[in-house]
Amino acid sequence: MTAPTDAGEAEAKPAGKNKHNFSKDNLPLEINMGWCKACNLCIALCPTQVFEPDRDGKPIQARPEACTLCTICWVHCPDFAIVSKHK
Amino acid sequence: MPVVEKQRSDVILQYLRPKKKFPSVWCPGCGNGIVMGALIRAIDKLGYKRDEVCCVSGIGCTSRMPVYLDFNSLHTAHGRALAFATGVKFAQPNMKVIVITGDGDALAIGGNHFIHACRRNIDITTILINNFIYGMTGGQGSPTTPAGAFSTTTPYGNVEKQFDPCGLAQAAGASFVGRSTVFHTPQMEKMIMAALEHKGFSLVEVIANCHTYYGRLNKQGDPVAMVNSFKENAVMLGKAQTMTPDQLKGKYVIGTLHENKEATEFCDEYQKVVDVRMAGGKAR
Repeated sequence: MTAPTDAGEAEAKPAGKNKHNFSKDNLPLEINMGWCKACNLCIALCPTQVFEPDRDGKPIQARPEACTLCTICWVHCPDFAIVSKHK
Repeated sequence: MPVVEKQRSDVILQYLRPKKKFPSVWCPGCGNGIVMGALIRAIDKLGYKRDEVCCVSGIGCTSRMPVYLDFNSLHTAHGRALAFATGVKFAQPNMKVIVITGDGDALAIGGNHFIHACRRNIDITTILINNFIYGMTGGQGSPTTPAGAFSTTTPYGNVEKQFDPCGLAQAAGASFVGRSTVFHTPQMEKMIMAALEHKGFSLVEVIANCHTYYGRLNKQGDPVAMVNSFKENAVMLGKAQTMTPDQLKGKYVIGTLHENKEATEFCDEYQKVVDVRMAGGKAR
């Protein structure tokens, strides 16, 4: 594990926004709908309300720009249905 | 302990059995899946090879877990997981033996095996998932059902007092005892890592949700309500020491409750006796 180079990464990060610039075309997470059981845990535990339930109660990423990659959703997913694309 | 590194969530998928059908048999939102993910990430961070790890379990919802994990596995008789694990550890002292067990499996049916494994201080990591009830058989009261709680066998409230698995293990001689909940998953993951690295009997009690039986009968019918109740009722060990017993009623004290690194381990002591006898000397 190498220490992050502070100067270069701080400049590349746009002010006030997540450095990944998540949007509907650039989603932070992959959700495996075949494994999801619609337990509602990720929707309820997300601190920035990224998810919204679809008609089956399964999560869809309604506000991807709010995601801070805090890992709470996939750490608490009992069925390993949420996979993060980022570290 | 090695440096904890943030990891991609897809390491879990590498450790699942490829021929098993997913999703798992557990109810939607079951805490067992959260513990399984934490266990896989802990093993991955410690860098154990798959052949070095052996998962042993008994019977119950929790004990379905080794069926999905791609390690050496042993799915044994009800309550006897620790007895089988003792045999595995004795035959292969270098293997990391993990016992995954539930509250009924470890404390009711296998209560004797549990206290004697603690007494021997054999190098086994036990993950006891405590959901206060027998989930698989239909919600009967277990030794850890709290007094006053409802279950299908205690429809007017439980009159028995509940077991404290951590206190029991510590009193019986286990050298690492910790408690966590499914809400505090990162802490649980670090505790499992510490328990796997510890030499001697280590117990990690994880308070988990069974909303299908325990929650439904006790006004917490969905997983979110139960997981949030763990968040509200969990108290860290440092804070708990400043609180009175009345304030601690109904709370779960979480953290590493007991650790003794000097305690002698069973396999080491046995090997010493073997070495002395093989050299022709007298034991002791």
